[in-house]
Amino acid sequence: MKLLVCVSKTPDTTTKISFANNDTEFNTQGVQYIMNPYDEWYALVRALELKEALGGTVTTINVGPAANDTVIRKGLAIGADDAIRVDAPENCSAYYVAKQIAEQSKAGAYDIIFFGKETIDYNGAQIGAMVAEMLDIPFISYATKMELAANTATISRDIEGGQEVLEVDTPFALSAAKGLAEQRIPNMRGIMMAKRKPLNVVPPVDVTEKVSVASYALPPAKKDCHYIDAEDMDKLVELLHSEAKVI
Amino acid sequence: MVLVYTSSPEGQLKKSAFEAVTYGYKAAQIIGTEVLALTIGNVDNAGVLGQYGASKVLNAAGADSFDSGVYAAIIADVAQKVGATIIVIADDSTGKSLLGRVAVRLDAGAVSGVKSLPDTAAGFVVKKNVFSGKAIVDYNISSDKKVISIAGNTFPPEVVGSDVAVEAAGVDVPASRVRIKEVNTVKGTVPLPEAELVVSAGRGVKDPGNWGIIEELAEHLGATTACSRPVADVGWRPHHEHVGQTGVAIRPNLYIAIGISGAIQHLAGVNQSKTIVVINKDPEAPFFKAADYGIVGDLFEVVPRLNEAIKKFKAS
Ligand SMILES: Cc1cc2nc3c(=O)[nH]c(=O)nc-3n(C[C@H](O)[C@H](O)[C@H](O)COP(=O)(O)OP(=O)(O)OC[C@H]3O[C@@H](n4cnc5c(N)ncnc54)[C@H](O)[C@@H]3O)c2cc1C
Ligand SMILES: Nc1ncnc2c1ncn2[C@@H]1O[C@H](COP(=O)(O)O)[C@@H](O)[C@H]1O
Repeated sequence: MKLLVCVSKTPDTTTKISFANNDTEFNTQGVQYIMNPYDEWYALVRALELKEALGGTVTTINVGPAANDTVIRKGLAIGADDAIRVDAPENCSAYYVAKQIAEQSKAGAYDIIFFGKETIDYNGAQIGAMVAEMLDIPFISYATKMELAANTATISRDIEGGQEVLEVDTPFALSAAKGLAEQRIPNMRGIMMAKRKPLNVVPPVDVTEKVSVASYALPPAKKDCHYIDAEDMDKLVELLHSEAKVI
Repeated sequence: MVLVYTSSPEGQLKKSAFEAVTYGYKAAQIIGTEVLALTIGNVDNAGVLGQYGASKVLNAAGADSFDSGVYAAIIADVAQKVGATIIVIADDSTGKSLLGRVAVRLDAGAVSGVKSLPDTAAGFVVKKNVFSGKAIVDYNISSDKKVISIAGNTFPPEVVGSDVAVEAAGVDVPASRVRIKEVNTVKGTVPLPEAELVVSAGRGVKDPGNWGIIEELAEHLGATTACSRPVADVGWRPHHEHVGQTGVAIRPNLYIAIGISGAIQHLAGVNQSKTIVVINKDPEAPFFKAADYGIVGDLFEVVPRLNEAIKKFKAS
C-alpha cells in the first residue's frame, strides 16, 4: 500500500490577524505556524494506521518554502516514512498547489491520497478535488470513517444533516474530517528518528496563476454587546423580533 | 452566460439551490447576460428555478447518485455547450467536492465560499471570509472562465419570475466509480449548515439529563440544536451537532449560545451568525465580546424564563 498525505501549514488559531504592504499581504511577523489540524490529526494518522495494519509506506508532500520544513519534520516524527517538499513560494493559489501535488503523485503511483477537509486559514477546501480531477481518480470529501479490504474502501462522509456511506476502489483521494482518526502526539524517539528520514526537495512545475489576492480587510467592528436583565426575557424576545428581526 | 448547478438531495431542491440561482441571476445582470440552471438526476419540480431568475432549466438524467467525478464532467460539459463563463455552485458538501474538479476541467479560476457579487470595475473581484471569519479577502479571478461557490445563508432567495421549461441537457453521463450504500439524514429538522435559527449549549448545562430546557427552547423557536465540542466528545450530544473550527461551520440568522464560554475555536465556526445571543453566568466569559445580546445569569433560571417569553410571543 503506497499512501500519500498532503500536509499544509497554517497560522495557529489564536494568531492575531494583520496585514502588510497596503493590505495586499498577510503579515507573517511573529506568527506561530502549526500543521493544519485536519492534515495532522486525521489524514496523517489514518494513513499511518493503514500502513501499520496492511504494510506499505506513508509519504507526505508539502508545497511551499523551506520554512515549512519544521511542519514537515513533525509529520515524520508522528510516523511518516519520507517527505517531499515542492520548493514553491508562500501563498500560491490552490490551482498551483494542486498542479504540483498531481505532478509528484504521477511519479509515485499512490493507492490513496489523503487531504485535510480544508486549511483553517484560507478555508479553501479545493485542492483535493483539483488533484483528483488532474489524476482522473474518485474524490471523497469529508470522510469521517474509512475501512479498507483488499482494494475496496468503505467510507462514511458528512453530508448536510447526516452521513453517506459508500464504496470506492483504489486509487482514489479523500479529504479527512473529524472522526477519521485520533490525534497522535509525537514521542521523543519519533522526533529523533525524524531527523534522519528523507525530506526530498524538488523544483515546482510552471503554472499560470488564475486567482490572486487583490486585498485583505478586517471584518467590520462588532458593536458592543447589549446586556439584558436576566429577569426580563420578554425584552430579549422583543428585541430579537423588532430590532434584530430574526424571529 | 452564467450557469448555476443546483444540487437536489433525494430529488428535492433546497434553499441553497434558490440562493445559488438568485446569485447567478444578479451576477448575470452585472455582466449583461442570462442565467441557466442545471439539475442532475431525478428532480421534483425543477421548473420552479425560473422563479429565481433562470431563463431555462437543463436536466441531466441518469446520474442519480452522487460521484464528484461524474457530476463535474456533466457540469463542465454543459458549461462548454452553452458557452458559460461563470459557473455558480452552492458551498455545501456537494459543492465542496465539485468546485475544484469543475475548475480543472474548464481550466478556470475558482474561489469557494464567496460572499459578494462580482465587482467588475477592475477585473473580476469577489469577497470571501478567511481565517475562520477573522479577515476578508478580495480575490481577483483573471482566467476567462470563473467557477465560484457561494456561502450559505448569504444571498436570500428572491422571486423575480415564473416557472420555466425543463429541457434535457444532452450531454453524456460517464459511469460512476463510487457505489453509494446508505444515506442517513436526520429527518424532521433543518440540518445545521442550512438552519436559520440555532440553539446551542455547552458544558454549562452540566449533565445530558438537563438538555430538556434547551430542546424546548429550540422547539418553541423552530430552531436546530447544536453544541460545543467537549459536550459532543463526552457523548452528551451527537457528533453532528458539534460546531466550531473542528466541527460544522454555520452562519444562521440567530445563534443562541447557552453555557458556552466562547473559546476561539468555538467562535471560528459560529462568528458569522447574523445575531448572537449569549447566556452565561460568568460576566467575564469571552463569548460576550462576540455577542449582540448578552444575559448574565444562571441558565437554569434564564432559559425557562426565555421559553415562557417565547411561548407568549408566539401566541400573540
Ligand atoms: C485545536 C482545537 C480545536 C477545537 N475545536 C473546537 C470546536 O470546533 N468547537 C468547540 O466548541 N470547541 C473546540 N475546541 C475546544 C475549545 O477550546 C473549548 O475548550 C470548548 O469550546 C469549551 O466548551 P464549553 O464552552 O462548552 O465549556 P467551558 O469552557 O467549560 O465553558 C462552560 C461555560 O458555561 C458557563 N456556565 C457554567 N454553568 C452555568 C450556568 N449554570 N448558567 C450559565 N452559564 C454557566 C461557564 O461560565 C462557562 O463559560 C477546540 C480546541 C482546540 C485546542
Ligand atoms: N501547500 C500545500 N502543500 C501540500 N498540501 C496542501 C497545501 N495546501 C493545502 N494542502 C492540502 O489540501 C487540503 C485542502 O486545502 P485547501 O483546499 O487549501 O483548503 C489541506 O488540508 C492539505 O491536505
